[in-house]
Order: sequence, then structure tokens, then C-alpha cells
Amino acid sequence: MTPKRLTIALAGNPNSGKTTIFNNLTGTRQKVGNWPGVTVEKKEGTIKHSGHDLKIVDLPGTYSLTPFSIEEIVARDYILEERPDVVIDIIDASNLERSLYLATQLREIDCNVLFALNMADVARSRGFKIDDRKLSELLAVPVVFTVGNKNKGMETLLEQAIALAESDSAAPQKRKVKYSKDIEDAISKVEKIIENHGADAMSYNIRWTAIKLLENDEIVKKRILEKTGTIEEKILEDIDNQRNFLIDRFDDDPEIVMTDERYGFIAGIIMEVLTTSTKQRVDISRNIDLILTNRFIGFPIFIFFIWAMFQLTFSLGTYPMNWIDSGIKLLSSFLAQALPNNIFKDFLIQGVIAGVGSVIIFLPNILILFFCIALFEDTGYMARAAFLMDKIMHLIGLHGKSFIPMLMGFGCNVPAIMASRNLESEKDRTLTILITPFMSCSARLPVYIILAGAFFGARAGTVIFCIYLLGIVLSIITGRLFRSTLLRGADAPFVMELPPYRIPMIKSLMIHMWDRSKIFLRKMGGYILIGSIVVWTLSAFPQHISYSKDYASEIEQVKRSYQAEMAAEKDSEKNILERKMDLAVDRLIKSKAAEKAEKSYMGRIGKVIEPVFAPIGIDWRGSVALLTGFVAKEIVVSTMGILYAADQKDSKALENALVSSGMTSTAALAMMVFVLLYMPCLATLSAIRRETASLKWMIFSISYSTVLAWIMAFLVYQGGNMIGA
Amino acid sequence: MFWDADSRKKYWLNRLEAEYGDKRMLLSEMKEKQTATVVRVGGNGPLRRRILEMGILKGTKIYVEKYAPLKDPVELIVKGYHISLRVEEAAQITVEI
Repeated sequence: MTPKRLTIALAGNPNSGKTTIFNNLTGTRQKVGNWPGVTVEKKEGTIKHSGHDLKIVDLPGTYSLTPFSIEEIVARDYILEERPDVVIDIIDASNLERSLYLATQLREIDCNVLFALNMADVARSRGFKIDDRKLSELLAVPVVFTVGNKNKGMETLLEQAIALAESDSAAPQKRKVKYSKDIEDAISKVEKIIENHGADAMSYNIRWTAIKLLENDEIVKKRILEKTGTIEEKILEDIDNQRNFLIDRFDDDPEIVMTDERYGFIAGIIMEVLTTSTKQRVDISRNIDLILTNRFIGFPIFIFFIWAMFQLTFSLGTYPMNWIDSGIKLLSSFLAQALPNNIFKDFLIQGVIAGVGSVIIFLPNILILFFCIALFEDTGYMARAAFLMDKIMHLIGLHGKSFIPMLMGFGCNVPAIMASRNLESEKDRTLTILITPFMSCSARLPVYIILAGAFFGARAGTVIFCIYLLGIVLSIITGRLFRSTLLRGADAPFVMELPPYRIPMIKSLMIHMWDRSKIFLRKMGGYILIGSIVVWTLSAFPQHISYSKDYASEIEQVKRSYQAEMAAEKDSEKNILERKMDLAVDRLIKSKAAEKAEKSYMGRIGKVIEPVFAPIGIDWRGSVALLTGFVAKEIVVSTMGILYAADQKDSKALENALVSSGMTSTAALAMMVFVLLYMPCLATLSAIRRETASLKWMIFSISYSTVLAWIMAFLVYQGGNMIGA
Repeated sequence: MFWDADSRKKYWLNRLEAEYGDKRMLLSEMKEKQTATVVRVGGNGPLRRRILEMGILKGTKIYVEKYAPLKDPVELIVKGYHISLRVEEAAQITVEI
């Protein structure tokens, strides 16, 4: 007998413990991806249970199935179009009344529903007693008690789900919400209209379709039109008549009245199935909130948590980063010795390994960061952070939750943009993603340190601080600008649940952290690899350059003359002479590298685009450095090191070389401003591409930031020159 | 009597004012630790429906747990769970002490 394949979808409110149950059921056999076309995470896993292959799909957590947010549309479309064999509605038993709202909607959609009354232990300890048999009887739905974080009830849940799937799916009309007489009349009239127009050929339940049409559901309306074709005008007109009748009758929109009546229906169920004992327990969660969202110490604690997260990410992360770094160096030097000298070796070491290495090195940061975020989320603190910060973020036209990604931006833009997934509204998410690159990431700091150190001396600190500040100010201006133009529309409602604090489960923290890090590695790795190969190719070719002088013979000559001198000297003088010789040789090697860079394709491109950068005071070497910074911003420093023929290891040498190259302090400032603002690095761009699920926004981000960078740098350079600074 | 929505609303609000006097106020005017009953959820579009779907309906009891340190948003307890609304959103909800 071949195993039967069944699809089981998990639906439920956010914070109902849905993810925990999903993790319990599927273990680590999960596939994480995105739902087609949107950036809502899709998780599924396949397991075997009593001779069945079960595909478990985790639907996005929603409070309702009204298609207002992407999550709700995704969840609803999945149930309607993919027709899973069973939908398990995971209900927070300690929050029965509100959870039943989604449950009634699932009942209306006419799928095979099974209720899992989760966190049954919490409910019991709060003094709630739920009569499961009565509930099952009233809604004609099987009910199972589960305790997700103790892995209780999972077997029963799966057995019941299979039993439900195997039972006759064309079960008689089950019990559903019954509306008041006027609405019921309108529903049956609309049902008739649908039938008359042959729209009942739609696979959806007809009563549900009628209800949605009365609720003026745009998506269902569109689908009806697609089905009926030419008579569309008539059918909508007939339905509108029914709608208008109800509007007149109730002095309100039918969808509002129906929401009200659903809750009325739920209140009736609650009366029958829920008994609350009067024992008043201490509410731990409320007590924690007395401190964590306290008027006076709420903010200091919040700032401490954020500080701690940063410390963990960027200080603790340095150790594994160093290990990875030395590992990569070891590999490079091993390959350098093992492989014959040829172009392939250069390609492998300087292109592939250096490029991929520059991404993998961020992995410890990413892991720690996502662990912290998962911790904030799973404990329930994230909602409190949004609660505290919303007022401030709202000034920029953003949601309180945007604060976290923007703050992370100071560390690294890539995880920051990935952290914007926590935002529910797509507009908020896009806006946050677009302004996050203006948060000056740690990779840009070395560039500032070199430039400010060379030209501003003691005032370097202040200058760098001002650069950071400029980024913040511009992000606020950009936020407000986009909010009122490109991403207009009412701010997403802040209606947000503050779930009770919970002790997080290590297993789910780990799964959470690893899922996101995997995405980082896979996607970013690909982009970075291609990008670094391109940059390497441009700077390595053409292979044969006609140098202005014969470096090899000059080096020989220098060596020979020093060695001749050394032979004549005493031992004590030899050391000094040897050091002098090394320096001279080094200088020649560097000018050779500089000439090679100048004559490579990269250098030629730099010369071509020089006129673009001239008005902001950057010469061709600066231009090339900025171009290579596209792969990763810290590369700007090493490229400048090569081009200005300075020792890369010694920042003082580069500073001196910059000063003697004729760069002015105004030009340095302009360059810093440009580095702050210009197009995000490759890894960030691929994160933008991925998280907005659109090439358009990525290209927009490149153009907007680069144009803004040029304008700001122009203002700084020309303004500075006018003042004569 | 009044057939367009605006005048209907005005008429309704005035009548409410007359009947309930100063027992009626906006949710955003409530103080911490006060309890009230929802009289009406105003506003329109997604926000209004979202508020209703979260269980804040006419006749629902609301307890104001606290205002955020910057006085916005506000945390409420409704149907046994905690929810936060922006003050401007809470201003759409009429309550009665």
C-alpha cells in the first residue's frame, strides 16, 4: 500500500504557540521559503505518521481572514486555492474569546477544521475551565487540548487530523455563525444571484462567497468578475442593492455589523463552554511590565538591552570572526604554495576566496544578532520595544518596530534589512529598508577614520560624529519624503497585541536563528561571489601592461647596490642598511602595483568616470576606490592603499600619502559624505532585492542613494571651497 | 430625515451628547487604571474594522492599563488580553464611564 499524502495547514493568531507546535510536529525537517510573490515566510515540513505522508504547512499568524494584510491574504488564499485536507486552528486557550473570531471565519470558509486548544496549562492556572466536548458540539469541530512547549497532545492532534481527513469530506452543512434575520435574508438573496449568474461554478463555498460579497471584499469581487465575464455589471449591481439595503437597515456597513454579530455568536459560545473561577492569581506578565514599560525606567532598560545586544553581536562576534579570518588566510596561503603560479590561482585566491571570505566573516555577527532578535521576539519583549518607541518612530512615518532594523544598521546593513521582516505592513517594511542604508554601518568607519585622521587631526572624532548624524537626519527627511510621496497611504494601524511574557524554548530560538542565517549565507554568498569576481577581473586585466619602467630590473639594481654596500660595512651597520634596502624595494613594488591598478580596466574606468567625481573633489584614484567599495565598503580603504602606493597595514602611511597627494580637507569631507550615502554594498543590495521581493526597489535604492550622495558631497565640497575652509 | 452619511453622523453624535452628557468621553481621554464601556467605534476603513476584529466592540469593557512613557501609545486590557493603540486611534472610540 502506498502511503497516503495529506496536507495539514496550521492556522492561528500570532502568539498562539503555532510555531512551537509546528516545530514539535516537524522537528528539524523544515523547509523555509517565501510565499510566491510576497516576503511572508513560508514554512513547511513533511513527516510520516501511521502510514501517511503528512505535509504540514505553517500559515502566517493572523487575527482574522479579512484581506487587509499580506499575511491574511496568503493564509486565506492557501485555504481557498490549495484546499488543504485539514486546517488545524491553534487557539490560545487562555485567550479563547478573541481566538474564536478567526475560528468562526475558518468555519465559514468551509474547510475541514480541527481546533487545538493550546497552552491548556496556562489557561487552567489562570482559572479558566473549558468544556471541550460542548465546544466541539456547538461548532461541530473536533477539539484537542495541547501544551505546545511541553510537547503534549501532539499525537492526538495528528490522529484526529488524519481521522478528520479520512472522514467523509462532504459532510452535511455544519454549524456556523447565524446572523440576524435581515442579514441572513440578504445572504440567501446573494446566493441566488450568484447561482443565477452561473458564478457558483467557483470552487468556493457559496454561502461564504455571498458573505464576502456583502462585505465588499475586493478580492472575491474580482474573482467573481473573472468567472462571470460579460454580465459582470449586472451581478455587482444586484449585490450592491443588497448591500445598500443592509446599510440603510443598520445605519452601518454590513461588514461592521457582521463582525459585531460574529462576536455576539462567540459570546454565546463562551457563556456555554467557559467557566472562570474567581481565584485571582498574581499576573506575572503584568508585574514584569510594571518595570519594563515603566514611565521612568522603561527607556533606560530598553537602551540597556539594545546596548547589550550590540555588545554581544560586535564584541563577542570578534572572536569567531578572527578564527574565520585566520582560517581563510591559512587556506589562501596554503593554496598559494600548493598551486602553480598562474591566472587561475590569482582568480581563486584574490577573487573567489577573498570575496566569499568577506561574507562568511559576518556569519558570527549574523548568528548572534538573530539569536538576540529571536530572544526578543519569543519572550514577547519585541512588542514592548515597539510600544516604547512608537511615538518617536511615528514622527518619521514609521512603526515602532522599525526601530530595531534601523538601529542594527549601525552594525551592518545586511542583518538590519533582514530584521525588517518583523514589520507587518509592506509599506513600513519597504520604507524601513530604503532608509536603513543611511545608518552608517561599521564597514564605513575605517574610511572615516583614515580620512578624518589625515585631514582633521584632533577634530576627527567630532567630524565622524557629524557624519553619523548626517546619516540619521537624512534618513528622517527621506522617511518623511517617501511617506508623503512614494509610499503614501494611511500609516499601518498600530493595533498591536502585547502578548504575555513567555520563557523562550531553546529549540525554537535555534531554529529561528539558523533559518535566517541560512538565507543570509545562501543568497548573499551568491551575489558577493559574482561581484567580487567582477571586481577582481576588472582590476586583474589586462594581464600584460607595458609599465613606464622596468620594475624588475630596477629592484635588482637597488638590491645589488645595497648588497655591495653591506659587504663593505661592519655587522652593526648591516641591519640598518638591510632595512633601508627593504624599504626601497617595497616602494618600487608598491609603485608597480599602483601603476598596474592605474592601467587595469578598473583604473581606466576610474579615469573615464573622473569627470563625474571632479565636481565633488575626488580624483580618479578616489573614484576607483569608491567603485570597489561597492563590493564591501571597507574595501575603499584597501583600494586607496594600493592606488596611493601606501602601506595598507599602516594607516598613518596612507594618511600621509593622502595629504601629500594634494587632497584638501574639504575634498576629504565630501568623500566621507559620499561614502556615507552612496549606493549600498552588494550584500546589502541583495538583501534589499530579497526582502522587498522586487528588482525595482533595489534599483531605486541604488539611484536614490547615489544621487543624494553626489548632491550632498557637491554641496559640501563647493560650499566648503566658497567659505574657504 | 438626514440621508447623507455626514449629517446622519452629526445628528447621532448630538443625540448621544444630549443623552449621556459628560459620562461619555473618548478612549484617548481616559486616565490610567480607569474602566469604561465602549459606546461606539468611529473612524473608517481598515483601522475601524481591525479594531472591531480585535474584539473592541460596542458594549465591550475596556481597562486602561497604562500610557507609554512618551504618552503614546496606550495599553488596554480587553477580553482578558493586552492590546495597544495609538492615542489618535483611541480617539476614534467613544466610551462611557
